[in-house]
Amino acid sequence: MKYFILSILLGVLIISFSSFRDVIEIKKSAPQQKSTPMTRGKVVYTQYCMPCHQVDGSGVPNLNPPLINTSYVLGSKATLVQILVKGFNKGVEIDGDFYSNPMPAQALSDQQVSDVLTFVRNSFGNKATAVTVAEVKALKSKLK
Amino acid sequence: MRLKKNFLLFASLFMGMSCTIAQNKNNDVHIKVPTGFSNSVVADGVGRARHIAITDKGDLYVKLNRLEGGKGIVYLHDSNGDGIYDQRKSFGDYVGTGIYLKNGYLYASSNDDVYRYKLDANGLVIHPDSPERIVSGLINRRQHESKSIVLDNGGNIYVNIGAYSNSCQEKDRQTGSMGVPGCPLLDSAGGIWKFKADQMNQTYKDGERYATGFRNVVGLDWNQKDNSLYVMQHGRDQLTMFPQYYDEKTSANLPAETFYKVPKGGNGGWPYSYYDQNVKKKIISPEYGGDGKKEYTGTALDPLVGFPAHMAPNGLLFYTGNQFPEKYKNGAFIAFHGSWNRSPELQEGYYVAFVPFKDGKPSGDWEIFADGFAGVEEIKTPGMAKHRPCGLAQGPDGSLYVSDDSKGTIYKISYHK
Ligand code: HEC
Repeated sequence: MKYFILSILLGVLIISFSSFRDVIEIKKSAPQQKSTPMTRGKVVYTQYCMPCHQVDGSGVPNLNPPLINTSYVLGSKATLVQILVKGFNKGVEIDGDFYSNPMPAQALSDQQVSDVLTFVRNSFGNKATAVTVAEVKALKSKLK
Repeated sequence: MRLKKNFLLFASLFMGMSCTIAQNKNNDVHIKVPTGFSNSVVADGVGRARHIAITDKGDLYVKLNRLEGGKGIVYLHDSNGDGIYDQRKSFGDYVGTGIYLKNGYLYASSNDDVYRYKLDANGLVIHPDSPERIVSGLINRRQHESKSIVLDNGGNIYVNIGAYSNSCQEKDRQTGSMGVPGCPLLDSAGGIWKFKADQMNQTYKDGERYATGFRNVVGLDWNQKDNSLYVMQHGRDQLTMFPQYYDEKTSANLPAETFYKVPKGGNGGWPYSYYDQNVKKKIISPEYGGDGKKEYTGTALDPLVGFPAHMAPNGLLFYTGNQFPEKYKNGAFIAFHGSWNRSPELQEGYYVAFVPFKDGKPSGDWEIFADGFAGVEEIKTPGMAKHRPCGLAQGPDGSLYVSDDSKGTIYKISYHK
């Protein structure tokens, strides 16, 4: 129960934090009309990831895992690039829960992979380093 | 003698695991029911409560989708007659969805197998740790893997085997990927299989593909009135994978969740077609040459009702009791688990609906019967929902029981004259 309340609080914090961020992003980029990895990443996220992982990254219980502070999201860039490029069907366990749905490979350009991973790693309360296009290229070449 | 020994064994096993639950009236949400009906929480924190079954004595068996203390079936008993289940015992070391009572046996399914347990005169399982395995080796590929079960009156058990795919694309759930010609997975999934209820160790070859073209059925029931199988299908997701024909909003509202009467050999039309509830037509799937408008002319059953999209019908029950008003007699209750495939639109469902029946056919519009399980006004993501209706059962007094697989709350809905 305690954890439940905690996670709700955390969720509220995350939601308000991420919408606050958006406001800043838009204000900053609007005058020069300059796109950033975060704004571009959000577009990719909305089109390709949101149906399953949901607008706030909370996922779908028992079906699609959350993208909030998971070891995958915050962890190895090589694994993340692999998940996006190759798809993922291992049956990950996050906090004792399993997700019975496979994640399809995503047909994205290196730029889009870099943008969406940077966006996910810095949204929904996550804080991790950006993933550059050069890193995506290098990691992808090692996959084959 | 043997019986007695078994009973003792069972009793002692259960004693070890049983616990008395503090009377937990966790009414954290307000469930709205029609005038004259009341609703109460009869058990809480049971776990991932999927389908449920009630004995003649009013005891409840609950199938769990995640093990609690290593066990996947919970038995609930009301020891002092106050209507609250205050005793809980568990057994079965497998997760799953299906559970059904018939002719002195409890039937339960994992995501691969079907088991049965003999009951004593009081409806208690005699050998909780050694069920008889009646079916094994059913396809479980981590998508639509639950195996819902129901029995007819002729000694047969019907098992749903969901398709391990959204729409049988070459590449599952990938934008623009076309359908595999002749969708080969239908040979062993995407349909309802029929097995003998009293024959051990059956596999695919011993059973019969009773009906095909059903993407995923979770709620199903045997209608005693016309002696037929009825199912609720989960319609396909992500029509936006074909953005030239479907925008986000259209995809959030299509296709219908469909309700069928299923004769032997019946075909639900998946993956080649889907049902558009707005134009009331079967439409060719975009994976198989459709454009969102072209009508499907192949063989497929017409649904009895097309409900709004993506609401995930997980429980179906024909009401045969005498407690509810006449209008409900022989009608169908449907538990909608609630949607996820509608974002960024608000999510829908998270309620129990009712379809009135007369002479084996729906006799009026469907309506929401019990609502408010999610406990929030606007459901943006399924994670926000406090409770999610999943299983349904009819108690010996004619009350309706609803299980929730989010917090494991069991609701009882009764009518008072
Ligand atoms: C069809 C639904 C679906 C789509 C679309 C999808 N995912 Fe996933 N994702 C899943 C599932 C299901 C898993 C877990 C698979 C498993 O358990 O093997 C997963 C796992 C993950 C994981 C690792 C586990 C975790 O929760 O941290 C990451 C990271 C991830 N997805 C990111 C993305 C990103 C970024 C996109 C968009 C480019 C995306 N996903 C699109 C369903 C989806």
